Amino acid sequence: MAMMLEELLRTPLYDTHVAFGAKMVPFAGWEMPVQYVGIIEEHHHTRTACSAFDVSHMGRLRLTGKDCEAFLNRICTRNVAGATVGRSYYSHVCREDGGILDDVIVSRFENHWGIVCNASNREKIVAWLIMHRQGRLVEIADETRTTAMVACQGPRTIELSKELTKADLSNLKRYHFSVHGAGPLSIVTYRSGYTGEDGIEVVVPAAIAPFALARLLGTKDHPHPVIRPAGLGARDTLRIEAAMPLYGHELGEEVDSLTAGQAWCVDLSKEFIGAEPMRKLHERGLPRQLAGLELEGKRIARQHAGVFSGDRRVGEVTSGTLSPTLGKSIAMAFVAAETMAEGTALRVEVGTKFAEAQVVKLPFYKRPR
Amino acid sequence: MKVPTDRRYAETHEWFRPDEDVITVGITQYAADELTDITFVELPEVGRKVSVGDSIGEVESVKATSEIFTSVAGKIVEVNASLADRPELINDDAFEEGWIVRLKPDAPDPLQTLLSSKEYVSLVKNA
Repeated sequence: MAMMLEELLRTPLYDTHVAFGAKMVPFAGWEMPVQYVGIIEEHHHTRTACSAFDVSHMGRLRLTGKDCEAFLNRICTRNVAGATVGRSYYSHVCREDGGILDDVIVSRFENHWGIVCNASNREKIVAWLIMHRQGRLVEIADETRTTAMVACQGPRTIELSKELTKADLSNLKRYHFSVHGAGPLSIVTYRSGYTGEDGIEVVVPAAIAPFALARLLGTKDHPHPVIRPAGLGARDTLRIEAAMPLYGHELGEEVDSLTAGQAWCVDLSKEFIGAEPMRKLHERGLPRQLAGLELEGKRIARQHAGVFSGDRRVGEVTSGTLSPTLGKSIAMAFVAAETMAEGTALRVEVGTKFAEAQVVKLPFYKRPR
Repeated sequence: MKVPTDRRYAETHEWFRPDEDVITVGITQYAADELTDITFVELPEVGRKVSVGDSIGEVESVKATSEIFTSVAGKIVEVNASLADRPELINDDAFEEGWIVRLKPDAPDPLQTLLSSKEYVSLVKNA
């Protein structure tokens, strides 16, 4: 085990995690809960009830100034020109060559814009925004440390939030948000998440965050009967089942948004940084793309494991897990275009052996509606 | 941390307990907790001869895959067949029900050079 030389950041909810018996681990420079009672149990609880995840490590940026819209439309792969107030947009931020710098959620507020980015990319994205703002009137404030963010996910979330806050969120559409209060005391509730379940993500001022979370969870000795804390471990297995990409796995600077299977968030008809190479790729066809794999047996394919068609290496695994919901070994992988078709038989490296696999449709799991 | 005193430990987090003429091998509760929920255990073949430092299997969790090494040379005489259907036995009870293999050592007193429970605890605490 390596010595920790770097000082880890703690979210405003650190004490709550410890009080609930979390196992804390370093993650993207932060000390975060990986699990409380167990990854699989927390996974099932999220799929059937409601879990609260601390996602305060994610970067939260506030952009103000009259040129924000034009600027963000140049930075983002998604078309955010004419964005509606109260809506959020999943997008990528890419380099000139199309390599993905980060995946973000851009939100259009009345007098400003919000960006939520990955913890590991926060400094890089802030630097990228400053570098490309040039003469435009855009102010960038990093609100990551002055706020906290909690994701409540699961089929019972909306019913429970009504009970707890009296706010009826059933009319808040997915990828829409509502704001309560004003200025530094405001609370923003987004109908979004990273688990494949219905749910909300709430941003609150750091100072009140522990009280807000205690209201959701109760205490270790008197816990809320339904809402339970869940850690990064379950967040990962949940997002893999839902085939949501994770930066450093399905996304990275050596991959473009089309190859990563995220063409839906790319508008090739507008100008943005990285558009040109992606247009060319789109015209020529993608030599490789993200595919879903179902493996025989219970072994898990790890990131970078080779994917083979016969003896020929045709791809590489990006994420894999033993799906708690499906009871099957599943993986995402970049594979050659000619092996993309559903039902294609492939082999995947697991440990020192191979597992038979076949290409399946993504996502692996879709919530019942 | 509770660590039984009736056995010895390796720096790679395996335990070795003398049971009459065989040695029972498992991984420590600390290692099981670090791995999180165990989903699969790759067991060696009964009858296989192993040397010190050999990999005798793999433990896989939702988070990671980890090899199991033997610090004792000998022959595998039994594997914990329950782990095939219930790999979580290692998480639930790493020191008893979650044992992995039994082996017949080549030499007498094979555990002398291994860590005592006290030494293992201090190794983990200083990790």
